[in-house]
Amino acid sequence: MKTVLNEQQLAITIKRLGHQILENHVNLENTVLIGIQPRGIFVSDQIVREIRELVPANLVKYGKLDITFYRDDIRNSLQSPNHTDIPFSIENKNVVIIDDVLYTGRTIRAALDALMGFGRPAKVELCILIDRRFSRQLPIQADYVGKSIDSIISQKVKVFWKERDGKEEVVLL
Amino acid sequence: MQLSVKHLLGIRDLTRQDIQLILDTATEFKEVLQRPIKKVPSLRDVTIVNLFYENSTRTRISFELAEKRLSADTINFTASGSSVSKGETLLDTVNNILSMKVDMVVMRHSASGAPHFLAKHIPAAIINAGDGINEHPTQGLLDAFSMREKLGKLEGLKVAIIGDIMHSRVAMSNIYLLKKMGAEIMVAGPPTLIPKYIKEAFDVRVEYNLKKALEWCDVANVLRIQLERQNQVLFSSLREYSLAYGINKRLLDSLNKEVVIMHPGPINRGVELDSDAADSKQAIILQQVENGVAVRMAALYLLSGGRGTMN
Repeated sequence: MKTVLNEQQLAITIKRLGHQILENHVNLENTVLIGIQPRGIFVSDQIVREIRELVPANLVKYGKLDITFYRDDIRNSLQSPNHTDIPFSIENKNVVIIDDVLYTGRTIRAALDALMGFGRPAKVELCILIDRRFSRQLPIQADYVGKSIDSIISQKVKVFWKERDGKEEVVLL
Repeated sequence: MQLSVKHLLGIRDLTRQDIQLILDTATEFKEVLQRPIKKVPSLRDVTIVNLFYENSTRTRISFELAEKRLSADTINFTASGSSVSKGETLLDTVNNILSMKVDMVVMRHSASGAPHFLAKHIPAAIINAGDGINEHPTQGLLDAFSMREKLGKLEGLKVAIIGDIMHSRVAMSNIYLLKKMGAEIMVAGPPTLIPKYIKEAFDVRVEYNLKKALEWCDVANVLRIQLERQNQVLFSSLREYSLAYGINKRLLDSLNKEVVIMHPGPINRGVELDSDAADSKQAIILQQVENGVAVRMAALYLLSGGRGTMN
């Protein structure tokens, strides 16, 4: 087991991602943030918390998107759906999708499909905590990256969060 | 995460966990139905045949809509105008349809047990959309979903099922399901329409007085008087039935609480339910219809997946 980000590095990385998103969407007027269920919402919750410290909290539009019904592996295994909560329109908005690990790209492919069910955004960007390079199965890349790592297929990236696991750390297993 | 059954033939075969899973999945599908684009690609490569040997409006439309919202390919079969009138057997009809590479069958039949018979002989997943006087599982599930949505729970809920219990598959599915989920059940209606041993067989309360039943319950699930199944004379006239067991606003207002009114449809207006009660705020009959699509999407979704290549 190798630590990719310890608690302090993780906090700094999340702060940086929040700042980078804000840098490109200064007043957030036409921007919405969407966390991917189930694991992406832990990182999106934290990024949104960072951003809300920098701009008036009511300006930050934040939703949660479940992609279960859009997965391409339903024939292999059935997944329980999580809750989707997008209480605003995404029509003509800049959407920033937030997830924890970018690996094959299939989750993000499903997320893009799911997102289109809510309307036609002006632009979609992707914010990722950990980018596992060289393992993509679809042509997808992130706009904001917390940390890029090189890993082999047999390895696993695990992200621990305080609310869920009692500690905050990213490890490579 | 998987149902414990391969087919949805009746609530009797489901576990409490199965029911919970279907209702929870339906909650998420209901959210999908509120979106601007009310469609997901989950069953994009699945073909479903709707085999309706008996008349139906809302169940057939509801299933068809659920299938389309899941992006499945659908074929509709109605017995009238088909080779059934030339004497083709049920099994032959279905085998012919399955030869066209169909993955799932939704079946409504006037004979109790028809879908169970098919399940023994064909490989496709079968959903019972009502068989004779046996069960109507998706109606039971959507009724439970609507109760849970309206009142927040099923456990400990007092539900009165009122009317023609004897001929009602909806009543059977409701009793099985609500008992499994910990609700209290009462059946109410004229003695001639309530099976004699129902109290012993299902451990339910029996009440012959409508007002007493309404005073007891939180939810009144009012059943349709099935005119097409009344071969014997079980009550003297519709007028007499409506006087003794018809629910109207005046009766509801005379109770010291607000009872939720449900009805599986179609309503015989002025017989089991007066218009002023059926269209009142206490009635959630149209919500039941809306929830039906979400519940059927959940059932289809959960029966379709995780089985490798079908057929």
